[in-house]
Amino acid sequence: MRSSFNKFEEAVFRFLMIVSTLVVLGCLFLIIGTVLFKGIGSMDLDMITRTPQGGYYLGKEGGVLNAIVGSIVLTSSATAIAFLASLPVVLYINIYAGKNSRFAELIRLSLDFLWGIPSIVYGAFGFIIMVYFGISASLLGGIITVALFILPIMARAMDEVISLVPVELVEASFSLGSTRIETASRVVLRQTLPGIISAILLAFGRGIGDAASVLFTSGFSDRIPLSLTQPAATLPLAIFFQLGTPFPEVQERAYASAFILTIIILIVSISARLLAARFRRHTIQ
Amino acid sequence: MQTNPHVRVHDLSVSYGSTPALNRISVDIPEKQITAVIGPSGCGKSTLLRAMNRLLENSDGVSLSGSILIDNENIYDPGRDVTEIRKKMGLLSQKPYPLPMSIFENVAYGPRIHGMKKKNEMAETVRHYLTISGLWEEVKDRLHEPASRLSIGQQQRLCLARGLAVEPEIILADEPTSALDPKSSQKIEAEFKHLKNRYTIIIVTHILRQARRLADYVLFMYLGELVEHGPAAQIFENPQHEMTKEYIRGIIS
Amino acid sequence: MTAKRTLKDLIAGKAMFLITAGCGVLVLVMALGLLIRAWPIMQIKPLHELLFSVSWSPMKGDFGMLPFIMGTLWVTGIAIVIAVPISLLTSIYLSEFALSRIRELSRPFIDLLAGIPSVIYGIWGVIVIVPLVKGRLAPLFGVSSTGYSVLAAGIVLSIMIFPVIIHITMEVFQAVPAGLREASLSLGATQWQTVKHVVLRRSLPGIIAANVLGFSRAFGETMAVLMVAGNITKIPGSVFDPGYPLPALIANNYGEMMSIPLYDSALMMSALVLFVVVIFFNVISRYILHRIRLRIS
Ligand SMILES: Nc1ncnc2c1ncn2[C@@H]1O[C@H](COP(=O)(O)OP(=O)(O)O)[C@@H](O)[C@H]1O
Ligand SMILES: [Mg+2]
Repeated sequence: MRSSFNKFEEAVFRFLMIVSTLVVLGCLFLIIGTVLFKGIGSMDLDMITRTPQGGYYLGKEGGVLNAIVGSIVLTSSATAIAFLASLPVVLYINIYAGKNSRFAELIRLSLDFLWGIPSIVYGAFGFIIMVYFGISASLLGGIITVALFILPIMARAMDEVISLVPVELVEASFSLGSTRIETASRVVLRQTLPGIISAILLAFGRGIGDAASVLFTSGFSDRIPLSLTQPAATLPLAIFFQLGTPFPEVQERAYASAFILTIIILIVSISARLLAARFRRHTIQ
Repeated sequence: MQTNPHVRVHDLSVSYGSTPALNRISVDIPEKQITAVIGPSGCGKSTLLRAMNRLLENSDGVSLSGSILIDNENIYDPGRDVTEIRKKMGLLSQKPYPLPMSIFENVAYGPRIHGMKKKNEMAETVRHYLTISGLWEEVKDRLHEPASRLSIGQQQRLCLARGLAVEPEIILADEPTSALDPKSSQKIEAEFKHLKNRYTIIIVTHILRQARRLADYVLFMYLGELVEHGPAAQIFENPQHEMTKEYIRGIIS
Repeated sequence: MTAKRTLKDLIAGKAMFLITAGCGVLVLVMALGLLIRAWPIMQIKPLHELLFSVSWSPMKGDFGMLPFIMGTLWVTGIAIVIAVPISLLTSIYLSEFALSRIRELSRPFIDLLAGIPSVIYGIWGVIVIVPLVKGRLAPLFGVSSTGYSVLAAGIVLSIMIFPVIIHITMEVFQAVPAGLREASLSLGATQWQTVKHVVLRRSLPGIIAANVLGFSRAFGETMAVLMVAGNITKIPGSVFDPGYPLPALIANNYGEMMSIPLYDSALMMSALVLFVVVIFFNVISRYILHRIRLRIS
């Protein structure tokens, strides 16, 4: 006997659930839509082909090529370093220590903690390291900080893929006389390559979008950095600074820069997802 | 011993996506008797049971055709309230799933859902069904402990009590003893023998000896087909089909 | 040949172990680094004064962080109040009611929401939410507001933590065995009753963990909040007032911090506070989620 009150309650909650889901998905489209729409109106070729010229921040000519190049160079280098650090971690806990071992669990836990630490704290920590080693705000400082920041993201994402490799496959390789490092590089890496690339892209996307970690550490410059010790502009900071000026012309350029960053993020996220989907189809589970 | 059919399965086919699981099953299941469904694993026994409780529609990609009549009404008629249909049946699964609440609340769950409000009526109901399922003496002093603290065997009997408390006509049991120790299995079997005068019981089992001990009526299935069905004595002593003979003799399993 | 291979394996193993161990202790190294840099000010000022005094004027040597801590609590509180019901209802819908096709279709979009950079959230907040608060919401309550307020920051933050909470909550729902749902359904319960009495009850610890993680994410979020919260050093009196959250304080003052005595130490101490709070909440929720994972395996 379902009372009419129960039916009413269920109808109300069903309605609320659907509305909530639409709100969540709607927010996504609204945010991306707004930024793309606002940005495309302010886009011009100068934005991506020129660096800021004199008086740029007062509305004179130029573009954000410095920030685009800075972001890409900084984040690519940081991603490479993070990869060189996280690959051994993930291979070690999954193949040497055993993916269900206590040690592996402990490392995962500490990676989860690292993932949870806000990027501004990474920024502060990066700053401390730089002071300690006497590095000033520069491309190098930004690279170190962003590498630390995306390390747990990349490591956890790679771990999710590599821990899916069936134990039998690893054992089969051992039983054929392969050493652990051979198994890791020949069997496991080959099997999971698309997933690993997807993890790298994910980390790159997080790195290139983050501003708080580079605020203290990479400095900001209107020139394209030519060495590791020069300060480097990044897109998120360019957006932040341009939006912070009182001049509408410059704010427009913040929108255009946001457009560029959003497009980069979309390309990276979509490629990561396509790769991950492909990965799922090709592995044995 | 011939009685009225209680559940009439007619031309029932089920497939998961493109994999067929049941192929045009038709059978009448007698009222207030124990019907055992036997057959090798993967032959569609669970699917048949779940079709009777309309649990298949919860998973995506399942297609079903044919009809199942209970009390001469097709449970798959559009517009029928699925909760009313499920209320007519108590389901006992392979592994007991106590709800995440106390022992008392587990048994009270069904009656409460169906509108029972009075406190003392509820207490009486809970006591009654725990007694029927032979659990009362063991749990009467700790009714408000979480059900998960019971042993697996006790949990299964709790699930039985919980199912009986919605006053079903039919008990569907899917290998109800397969997770239990021999002692607990015996208790469940004894319960079934007790209950069969009042309920129509359909039990899936792959333990032949259990089917022999309990069943009045037997369905033998193989690869989604209902190969043979009939009174227990006939199936066990004088099976008609080659396949059934082999299965009974333990050649295929 | 074999000896060489074995040696290679050994050396690789040792090197990988060192890197792994390095990652394992990184959290501790960060804590230590922040603590060392925050130490000077903690030696001079008692902790309760630093945390609970409202007077902040670095030039005079006053470093009371209460306005910033309150600012953070306001924006995080608002974010949680908005995000919890919406994320929970969305998770329930996607995991219990929606067709699996819709569920799988929505997943990448929710992940994408998590991948949007916080400056983008910030700029969107400036374009859409700030005017909304200024022009619509504040007049509705008869107050005037610039729009740059803890409410605007809370709204933007809540959207940022939707994907965090939804992702984990759905994982928690997925860990509820199908047999448990069927047990309830087979008693004649409706799907909604099953969700309400069985799935939610069983998932409660996990739902709490998911929301605690969402909270801690909001707690440390910097750029978006910095861009819309208003950043005025005063404890907010209402949701329409500006606030100055702790992460924004750090981000805004890195430039001058080296020129005023103890200023850098005070900012590092705020970073330490963020760190400690976030780690604390992470420990709680990871512990709960770990227990849940043990239960299903
Ligand atoms: N949810 C499902 N999705 C896809 N195939 C299923 C599902 N459940 C069962 N099957 C398939 O249907 C067939 C019958 O299964 P089942 O009814 O569980 O058999 P039994 O209970 O006799 O062991 C098997 O081949 C099984 O693999
Ligand atoms: Mg079965």
